[in-house]
Amino acid sequence: MRRWVISTALALAFAAYGAADAKTFRFSTSGDINGLDPHLNNEGPTNAMKNNIYEALIFRDPDLKLRPSLATEWNQTSPTTWRFKLRQGVKFHDGTPFTADDVVFSVKRNNHDQSDLRTYSASVVEVKKIDALTVDLVTRVPDPILPQNIPAVFIMSQAWSEKNKTPTPVRGIVGNESYANLHANGTGPFKLLDRVADTRTVLVPNPDWWGKVEHNLTRVEFRPIVNAATRVAALLSGEIDMMFPVPLQDVPRLKRSAGIRVMEGPELRTIFLGMDQHRAELLDMPGSGKNPFKDKRVREAFYKAIDIQAIHKVVMRGASAPTGLMIAPGINGFAKDLNDRYPFDPDGAKKLLADAGYPGGFTVTLDCPNDRYVNDEAICQAVVPMLARVGVTVKLNAQTKSKHFDKIGQRQNWNTSFYMLGWTPGTYDAHNMLYNIITLKSGPGAGSNNSGQYTNPRVEELTRQIESESDQEKRNKMIWEAMKLHKEDFGHIPLHQQALAWGVRDSVAVLPQPPNDAVVVRFVKMK
Amino acid sequence: MAVASVPGAVRRFVDSDVFYSFRRSKVTMAAAAVTFVIVICSVLAPWIVPHNTYDVRSLNLLDAFTPPVWIEGGKPQYLLGTDDQGRDVFSTIMLGARVSLLVGFCATLFAMTIGVFLGLVSGYIGGTTDAVIMRVADVKLSFPAILIALLIDGVARGIIPRDMHDDLALYVVIFSIGISNWVAYARTVRGSTLVEKNKEYVQAARIIGLHPLTIMIRHVLPNVMGPVLVIGTLGLAGAILAEATLSFLGVGVPGTQPSLGTLIRVGNNFLFSGEWWMTIFPGVMLVILVLAVNLLGDWLRDALNPKLR
Amino acid sequence: MIAFVIRRLLQSLIVMLTVGFVAFSMFNFLGDPINNMVGQDATEAEREHLRHVLGLDQPFYIQFLVYLGNALQGQFGMSYRLGMPVVRALAERLPATLELVFCAAGLALLVGVPLGVYTGLHRDRWLSKVFLTLSLIGISLPTFLIGILLILVFAVYLGWLPSFGRGDVVDLGWWTTGFLTVSGIKALILPAITLALFQLTLVMRLVRAEMMEVLRTDYIKFARARGLTNRAVHFGHALRNTLVPVITITGLQIGSLIAFAIVTETVFQWPGMGLLFLQAVQFVDVPVMSSYLVLIAFFFVAINLVVDLLYYFVDPRLRADRAVASGHG
Repeated sequence: MRRWVISTALALAFAAYGAADAKTFRFSTSGDINGLDPHLNNEGPTNAMKNNIYEALIFRDPDLKLRPSLATEWNQTSPTTWRFKLRQGVKFHDGTPFTADDVVFSVKRNNHDQSDLRTYSASVVEVKKIDALTVDLVTRVPDPILPQNIPAVFIMSQAWSEKNKTPTPVRGIVGNESYANLHANGTGPFKLLDRVADTRTVLVPNPDWWGKVEHNLTRVEFRPIVNAATRVAALLSGEIDMMFPVPLQDVPRLKRSAGIRVMEGPELRTIFLGMDQHRAELLDMPGSGKNPFKDKRVREAFYKAIDIQAIHKVVMRGASAPTGLMIAPGINGFAKDLNDRYPFDPDGAKKLLADAGYPGGFTVTLDCPNDRYVNDEAICQAVVPMLARVGVTVKLNAQTKSKHFDKIGQRQNWNTSFYMLGWTPGTYDAHNMLYNIITLKSGPGAGSNNSGQYTNPRVEELTRQIESESDQEKRNKMIWEAMKLHKEDFGHIPLHQQALAWGVRDSVAVLPQPPNDAVVVRFVKMK
Repeated sequence: MAVASVPGAVRRFVDSDVFYSFRRSKVTMAAAAVTFVIVICSVLAPWIVPHNTYDVRSLNLLDAFTPPVWIEGGKPQYLLGTDDQGRDVFSTIMLGARVSLLVGFCATLFAMTIGVFLGLVSGYIGGTTDAVIMRVADVKLSFPAILIALLIDGVARGIIPRDMHDDLALYVVIFSIGISNWVAYARTVRGSTLVEKNKEYVQAARIIGLHPLTIMIRHVLPNVMGPVLVIGTLGLAGAILAEATLSFLGVGVPGTQPSLGTLIRVGNNFLFSGEWWMTIFPGVMLVILVLAVNLLGDWLRDALNPKLR
Repeated sequence: MIAFVIRRLLQSLIVMLTVGFVAFSMFNFLGDPINNMVGQDATEAEREHLRHVLGLDQPFYIQFLVYLGNALQGQFGMSYRLGMPVVRALAERLPATLELVFCAAGLALLVGVPLGVYTGLHRDRWLSKVFLTLSLIGISLPTFLIGILLILVFAVYLGWLPSFGRGDVVDLGWWTTGFLTVSGIKALILPAITLALFQLTLVMRLVRAEMMEVLRTDYIKFARARGLTNRAVHFGHALRNTLVPVITITGLQIGSLIAFAIVTETVFQWPGMGLLFLQAVQFVDVPVMSSYLVLIAFFFVAINLVVDLLYYFVDPRLRADRAVASGHG
């Protein structure tokens, strides 16, 4: 795959350079995708890239509507059974036909212990092949919003996967190249041509794709550029056609530059800080036998010590929407009356800390990514002096996203006391937030990213009920109650929704900007 | 860079010559003055900076990105503007130069101590000891300092628990730069020692039964110090640059106590957006500092090397 | 002569063994290799099994021998970060680094030698002083700052040259080259200049010193006495004599250029081994770190060996006492 025939390569090299380039879409972001295994690495940019190569039964439009993909229709045959009719005549990139067996295999693979995307099919307890083109997904309890989850469950070829010895998602075991993580074989509109980690991922259109082609591309190149300044320079000099996120300080300059536009829009991701409420003893206070975060007053003090307006104004340069709620407007379950933040009140915070028995504060490490969210490290840096003023000494541990997520995640047993995370409910419904971030026991795989292990029995119970409640009004009432309880518990400290900022050259004629910051290559048109 | 040895007997002459040539060279005098001022300011920095940027409680985020005072929007209390966290750039540069110099001095002293000691032993004792030390030096020379420093930093990251890393990072950097620079001293001192060892005064000392260590330190060492000083001065410039490079690469000193290299790395993100003062001022400071020290080293080498006069 | 060659080969072998041992120790003792390979939730039995499979329950020296055996076959393990064999990761990036390094070395020689000759011959001309001052500024400017400034001027303000990456490369199957495309060559210019500057000043100062040294020798005085033109003396006699050490040292410096490329590659996001290594350091990706170490050592030892052997054939008197350029910071 990687090797071109030499003559072709030379011909290409000497061919009119501009002409050969015309329909290539080159885009860049701050970090490489974490790998290609469809069931590993539940991370925005990585999922977005896989979404160009792999397909799920249902596809989510850039405007977030569901549309048929590998399934042509779906309906509930019983409260706990969803039936999917599969599309006929679809082929994987390697030529093997797509069958119901691949669906059974892929959903099971996605439900494997090692899978990072288990949350999207967690409610499924059984996958039944009814006939060659019909599959039933049986859920543990009624799951009215299952179709909202399905677009994230990618379908891979059983034959290919078994032939290459990756029947289950695995990462980095010696002697196993983790083939599926380095190669790709989907049914999607684009095929993987070439991938060199940290350098480039090259896609070409899949000529045999079943769908109606809406792009006009001949080639797609994704090149991560870690350094923000270099990334901006690359866009300015025309080496790439699009990049994100535009560093906020560079937005005005890019807007003024000829031939470049900045696409801005609200993002549905909520950035928040989490606190360890589980360990008996804080990681930073060994031997003390104390974990201050178990005391609600301490969590409240942290919340009130943070001057979100200063962060909004200076760090985010106005490109953020401070939030009191863990979900953004646009997510089902958002409640305007809960979105007001508790006021910024450093004196109150000091008093709360004193009441809780920490008049002199304490020391805690803040784990923070430095290449994931807009100005993530800068936000954490800004939080340090704010907490210092109420007496808390914060040690900042900012590192690259893969290390950060490993550290605060399940892999290292939630090895954090105080951390930053951002979350977009993949289903655009509050239940996903409750299930992954705010509860621990509301279902299998629940609390997958609840690194601080916040839990409240009533919220757990509500989340379980929300999962299977089909009366929309009742359901939203329960979401409201759960969110209110969480807010009053100071379970997490929501900060803001960041604004999307994409820098795009005028060579790109059409480029949809979905609110989950994903580049959906199949709709891109070049001039 | 090998420097010819200076025989002990003419040393006093050279000393006066050195002073003479110093007074003759305006550039050298300027370099010395600049170095002196920077060193003094750095040493006194914690007491004389207008803002103590190490005290996070004093940082006001709303003052961030203030331009230098002579540009519209500048504030009189921030002479060279502020950075992205609202820290006074003038103060961070002074405190940063302090960190840079501290690392540079310590690393150079460390390298010098190891190098001079090994060079003396190697040259004086000779034989297998000499062969082994010089072989190690060869292997060491195979690897540029920056690579060794990076490797040591990587190893340190593996060994030191993450939460202690920031506290120890300064020592790790000093160690890694020092350990990667001792060879030049060792080779030069060994060469000079080989020459000195056969002189009458050393032989006399040996005959009256002085301990080899005493001879090495009291008799041989003073006579090889000239070239060592030259290498040390140039090495100081190199060490400051190495630290800046490591910090720029993000593996040097921690961001809470930034060195000049760290400041440049952070400021680099804002260079294209017009907030140039965050990179340019620390950059200029670094270049001035290194250039001044290099000029001193260059002059010292020429002054101590009679062949080039 | 054969004795010399054998001794020299043995020395090289010992150096490689030493480096191999350091790399092996890093690989084995930097954190628990097992923990780095399996997830947190692996059972004790799984760990034991892996330990056995990897031979970690063997005595120390056996493990070292196994490591050496694997290394000779080009097996350096899997990168923790990339999840692919280290050798493949390095091989993918080797061409980028080598092309950059050779361009930089060529540039340093092409510009450095003439400047050195000029400043050596005309010590007191003002232009010489300008060159010397510039060279001093050159070694006082950190590489990364030069890179940033070049990007600022040529990529951002003037927009002439690209600021990152290699441009379009042509894949020859065993090698990827940027020399065959316009964008590849354009992308090479700024990084090559950045990497070359330090070497350039080094070459210039070296040539200058050698020229001044040679011009003092009796042999040049005789040449002048014979009435040869200045031109013939300077270029026919003096320069020829200075070139041997210059080329030697440039050769030896290639090893350090490869390592110095780390900084340049970082600034320009050049997809070479240096960038890979730096990311490995930040990630504590030990297999990549240790393999890179072995690879650089191999380059250096090989270059050193070749230079030494050549020297031996050119001038037997020089063989053992060859001066090695002292490293730079």
